[in-house]
Amino acid sequence: MTKITFVQPSGVEATVEATSGLSLMEAALHNGVEGILAECNGAAACATCHVVLPKAVYDRLDAPEDHEEDMLDFTEAERQPCSRLSCQVRVSDDMDGMVVHIPGE
Amino acid sequence: MKTVVMIGAGQASLSCAAKLRAKGFDGEIILIGDEPKLPYQRPPLSKAYLLGKVEAERLLLRPQSWYEQQQIRLVTATKVMRIDRNNKAVELSDGRVQPYDALVLATGSAARNLPQSMTRSMSGIHTIRDLNDIENLRPELDVARHMVVIGGGYIGLEMAAVAKGLGLEVDVIEAAPNILGRVASKETADYILELHQDQGVTFRVGEQVKELSGDGKIESVVLGNGEAIPTDIVVAGIGAMPRVELAEQAGLEVANGILVNAFGQTSDPDIYAIGDCACYRLQTGDVRLESVGNAIDTGELVAGNILGEEMMYEPKPWFWSDQFDMKLQIAGQISTQDRITVRDVEGEGRSHWYHRDGQLVAVDALNAPRAYLIGRKMVLNGLSPTGEQLANCNQSLKEIFDSL
Repeated sequence: MTKITFVQPSGVEATVEATSGLSLMEAALHNGVEGILAECNGAAACATCHVVLPKAVYDRLDAPEDHEEDMLDFTEAERQPCSRLSCQVRVSDDMDGMVVHIPGE
Repeated sequence: MKTVVMIGAGQASLSCAAKLRAKGFDGEIILIGDEPKLPYQRPPLSKAYLLGKVEAERLLLRPQSWYEQQQIRLVTATKVMRIDRNNKAVELSDGRVQPYDALVLATGSAARNLPQSMTRSMSGIHTIRDLNDIENLRPELDVARHMVVIGGGYIGLEMAAVAKGLGLEVDVIEAAPNILGRVASKETADYILELHQDQGVTFRVGEQVKELSGDGKIESVVLGNGEAIPTDIVVAGIGAMPRVELAEQAGLEVANGILVNAFGQTSDPDIYAIGDCACYRLQTGDVRLESVGNAIDTGELVAGNILGEEMMYEPKPWFWSDQFDMKLQIAGQISTQDRITVRDVEGEGRSHWYHRDGQLVAVDALNAPRAYLIGRKMVLNGLSPTGEQLANCNQSLKEIFDSL
């Protein structure tokens, strides 16, 4: 189990136990984290699971694919340098302790 | 309000239940579903799941632990036999009687079947609606060489793309003059048709199926023109019908779906309907949408209204489909009279924009995620660039958006 903390735009935090291999979006949904709507359930079709990762983690991951890259440019909350769609990020053991921000609109 | 009972355990009721808890409702929430599984996503069934790209576990909308954590009671593999409105209770297939204070109908829709006189209970003939349908189809798909898809709608086309991807020969038969006739513009339909043809899918458009031929097992599909197409599998994608039986039996008003007002209430104010099965009667006309987006929107709307919010439904149609390497994303809803503008820009993908009385009403994005997201924002916010602006390839969508 990997511990991940989601921080709401209001500053409220929730730390959840995420299963490695699942997506970050699933980790949020499975634990009732607010603010990650994930309307398309991970098909990279809706851009409602936008999160901002820590820079070190962002840099370590493969770059977003073109489709995600384009979606990120027009999410509800403005894109930040380490923005990702959480449905496209797989949880791995080395993310233990990671703090993820949910951007406000 | 103590007990909210929902009939149907899918996206709509899950969204409604989650929203009730998020809004602080602390009464009992009970979801009753006739399938044995925890609530799961249906869209991947005809896409990634059938291709083996998504494991069964990941189809689940939430894991078991979530329901426990949220204190939402799930009753699976159980049918509701009757709604007893006088006593405000539902009668279950295991004999139990479950009282309710508010009842939510989320019964979904069922695949329309080919007539029994045509299928004669032959094996190898399928419809796609639930996990069970996929489990029945998969072993046949592994050994089949030829699939005939009857009906050129989204499910049929997604199935055709999956089967082609698995190396089968695929024929699609559509009775109407165009595929996607009722749901997409001619331009979008033609683009998708071409994509399938480039991948080697054969189309028979404007052709009726006269007969299914075979002895216990499907062997060929005979068309109105007499041509017989040999096949191992037939998938019928000929539409879905709202599941209204329980509502009808209970004497609730039914039109094209279970009739509800803008608040999601049926003709009995303690009973609501959400998702595919619900027909919302609005001032602008009746709206019944079959989509995940609508299941979530109506589920969340009714959650609020059960708690006394009196929010009115505003349809925000959006939809997506994956076929081969194309992702189609649609925002808004087209009608046949809309004026279309085609935008095809290198690096941005292709998009079709629809204007009605000078107002932008919808966009179809074909591998064009920016166009989808910007178009959706424009449609929802009533922003309306002109067709000329949109057709101008020298201006980026961002520039057009910023100029509004």
